[in-house]
Amino acid sequence: MNILDMTAVGLAAAIKNKEVTVRQATEAVLAQIEEKEADFHCYVTVDKEGALKQAEEVQKKIDAGELDGPLAGVPVAIKDNMCTEGMLTTCSSKILGNFVPTFSSEAVLNLQKAGAVILGKTNMDEFAMGSTTETSAYGVTKNPWNPEHVPGGSSGGSAAAVAAGECFYALGSDTGGSIRQPASFCGVVGLKPTYGRVSRYGLIAYGSSLDQIGPLCKDVTDCAAIMEIIATHDLKDSTSVEQEDTDFTSALVDDVKGMRIGIPKDYFGEGLDPEVKDAVLKAAEVLKEKGAVVEEFDLSLVEYAIPTYYTIAAAEASSNLERFDGIKYGYRTEEYEGLHNMYKKSRSEGFGAEVKRRIMLGSFVLSSGYYDAYYLKALRVKALIKKAFDEAFAKYDVILGPVAPTTAPKLGESLSDPLKMYLGDIYTISVNLAGLPGLSMPCGIDSKGLPIGLQLIGDCFNEKKLIQTAYAYEKARGAFGRKEDK
Amino acid sequence: MAKQYETVIGLEVHVELATKTKIFCGCSTAFGGEPNTHTCPVCTGMPGSLPVLNKQVLEYAVAVGLATNCSITQYCKFDRKNYFYPDNPQNYQISQLYLPICRNGKVEIETENGRKFVGIHEIHMEEDAGKLIHDEWDDCSLVDYNRSGVPLIEIVSEPDMRSAEEVIAYLEKLRMTIQYLGASDCKLQEGSMRADVNLSIREVGAKEFGTRTEMKNLNSFKAIARAIEGETERQIDLLEAGEKVVQETRRWDDNKGESYAMRSKEDAQDYRYFPEPDLVPIVLDDAFLEEIRAKQPEFREEKMRRYKEEFDIPEYDIEIITGSKHMADIFEATVALGSQPKKVSNWLMVETLRLLKENAMDPEDIRFSPEHLAKLISLTDAKKVNSSVAKEVFEVMFNEDVDPEKYVEEKGLKTVNDEGALRKTVEDVIANNPQSVEDYRNGKEKAIGFLVGQTMKAMKGKADPSMVNQLLKELL
Repeated sequence: MNILDMTAVGLAAAIKNKEVTVRQATEAVLAQIEEKEADFHCYVTVDKEGALKQAEEVQKKIDAGELDGPLAGVPVAIKDNMCTEGMLTTCSSKILGNFVPTFSSEAVLNLQKAGAVILGKTNMDEFAMGSTTETSAYGVTKNPWNPEHVPGGSSGGSAAAVAAGECFYALGSDTGGSIRQPASFCGVVGLKPTYGRVSRYGLIAYGSSLDQIGPLCKDVTDCAAIMEIIATHDLKDSTSVEQEDTDFTSALVDDVKGMRIGIPKDYFGEGLDPEVKDAVLKAAEVLKEKGAVVEEFDLSLVEYAIPTYYTIAAAEASSNLERFDGIKYGYRTEEYEGLHNMYKKSRSEGFGAEVKRRIMLGSFVLSSGYYDAYYLKALRVKALIKKAFDEAFAKYDVILGPVAPTTAPKLGESLSDPLKMYLGDIYTISVNLAGLPGLSMPCGIDSKGLPIGLQLIGDCFNEKKLIQTAYAYEKARGAFGRKEDK
Repeated sequence: MAKQYETVIGLEVHVELATKTKIFCGCSTAFGGEPNTHTCPVCTGMPGSLPVLNKQVLEYAVAVGLATNCSITQYCKFDRKNYFYPDNPQNYQISQLYLPICRNGKVEIETENGRKFVGIHEIHMEEDAGKLIHDEWDDCSLVDYNRSGVPLIEIVSEPDMRSAEEVIAYLEKLRMTIQYLGASDCKLQEGSMRADVNLSIREVGAKEFGTRTEMKNLNSFKAIARAIEGETERQIDLLEAGEKVVQETRRWDDNKGESYAMRSKEDAQDYRYFPEPDLVPIVLDDAFLEEIRAKQPEFREEKMRRYKEEFDIPEYDIEIITGSKHMADIFEATVALGSQPKKVSNWLMVETLRLLKENAMDPEDIRFSPEHLAKLISLTDAKKVNSSVAKEVFEVMFNEDVDPEKYVEEKGLKTVNDEGALRKTVEDVIANNPQSVEDYRNGKEKAIGFLVGQTMKAMKGKADPSMVNQLLKELL
């Protein structure tokens, strides 16, 4: 079997059985990067030397019996908004074009402890603001299924790298759909864990109350294995919680008999592409045939999710991004007169258009006199949305729906109409507002040859039910991948 | 007839808490490290870092709240205050606006005009900023983040004070309360206690408040008193001239005795406060509050009352001793070791205060232990050292906290009570000073003083003067 066709868990097993060395795996994936980067541009930084060096070290530990986890020796890609000690971390922004962190994010450290080989940092929408990876200051990433289309975003580089075989798995972050939507567009599995599951320490914040790190990978088994490594209680992150039920791989059971699955009617209305609708409903049918109890229900407040999200996320972002001022690190303008001029010029030149738009929006909704009408009201709606989901989870184990209204749009189609781009987040955003876990996995291919995503939403800290449902569906669905690979 | 005005004052007091580590990270709060040595990614605002609340800060804030009769907010939150300045590494300060930890308190103060209550609007927790150092030679500014993240509480009073005396009494009351709690050393000069004065004037009898100004840069009680007088006059002059007081922040220059405007209300920034999403809400249960309440110390007023009942020492001594929790602790511990209260009080009131003054130290800086003071007192009680030797030993003890017994032993300072040796010396002194002996015998009583002095000198100060006196009289 070609190394690049292996899943992460499959590769680790092959390494353990001495069929493949860590170096071989690393070299294979580096060769793939070399070959494909010109087409897809998944990475901002590729650390070839570092990866080969890590490969040697990890191999030694595996040989010495110090490392025998399910992902030991597997090369991984990290979204460029997670700090990596000594490695450029740009958030795909000019303002952090020279920023090399002094510490690594907790999720990355956990992967390294488990024997991961860090390949580099993947491209993203600038500061995770965008749904196409086109707002990156370092060029657009293209969809490996069809390079005329976007990979989705903001974790587009991570999703595309997994789809193109430029890594075996990747970490992304999801504030309003940024793992699930690119996973859907690129035909890979992505999980946005429950808020508090994975430490945010070292994740450069966009919307602090919504951000969550999660895996992008080839199948559900990999997803469960990665989650077991990155779900830890971290005392450095106050919003990280004590972990229970983290034996995610124990949920890899091909059985959904009696599983109660709810389909929100509101997710299948106007704006949903008919091909996406058909594929998602067919997936529900498959689960029903396997014994799940599937029924439709009304999930209220869906239309309020987008304005609520863009109010809260922008407000937090406007404050989170204040630290990028050109004083301590990052980009500083060449010429300036005095402090305030330096701030203004550095930030005007360092941030891109979408980031500026959200900073302005966020500053506005927090302004004196508008705070109650916008921000406070958004917080109230957020609480109501959480309540609506609580009511749904009293009846259902899992909620099933589409990830996005369409498959991947063409490059350049989205940025001209930001409002339309924002509307594309309609099915993913509520999950962040309610802090829930959401899983995206491929469930079909449309007439343009682009993958369609299925979204499974669970109650807080109920990732295992998502993994179980996804695993059962995956078994029934069968192998999934780009045509050229199969 | 000239109009009669009344001054209305409210205070915002910042107090630096005495925690060992910063409010949101594990860095040291110690004063005086090399620039940027007490820092980490959190307190320098590095991307990806996150704050975690230091529980001790919460305990101190609640303790101060309970001691000032506040109601404690059992579901409280932090908020971000957004403003750009290089001493503020994140360009927002983590503070509290919407749900401060303490609200609606009051403290009783006493001035020449009697007792009154000053209301406390709220107390909130926040982080301190770094320090900017402007390099005069090189056209640049440097920033030191050692202070960044040092925990502060801000105590906001109601506009209940009417004079500089009341303000000073209120500040003294706060300082004493907080020092007794051990929550801060409250030194104005060193900036661990800072007060901003909000002041307006109105005609006596008026119901509405006048337009207020906020005065900053007040580094001593004297400066505060002068600033209040100066600002009151300035505002009266404005009104008398038919002008208006402008709502603004002013900076007091204590050397010139005048203030100047820093920024007006129109320039006031919109801080865009919102709840800090990186910190979870703080939920304080009743058991936690009870725990803090149970740890509250005996405060100054209670202590003064008890001293009056328990110890036979002057009221003035009581006032001075209880004026510092540390000094009161030393007093009580020394008495508990068996020393007579009056004697302990004397050592504190005379020698200790003298040495503190000479060394420009505060009572909080006293280093000698109650055990050593008790030993010194028992040495003098047993006449093992005379009073001048005792003072000498005390000074060494004050500086180095030596054990007086060992010190006296090692330096051979013990009073010679061996009558044989003393009698011999006295006989020599009589033999060598015939003129004085003659004078004494002729009725010049004073002459004996000279002979005592000569004997003490011969004994290198280690004799009991009364014993010398007695022997001289006997032998003459």
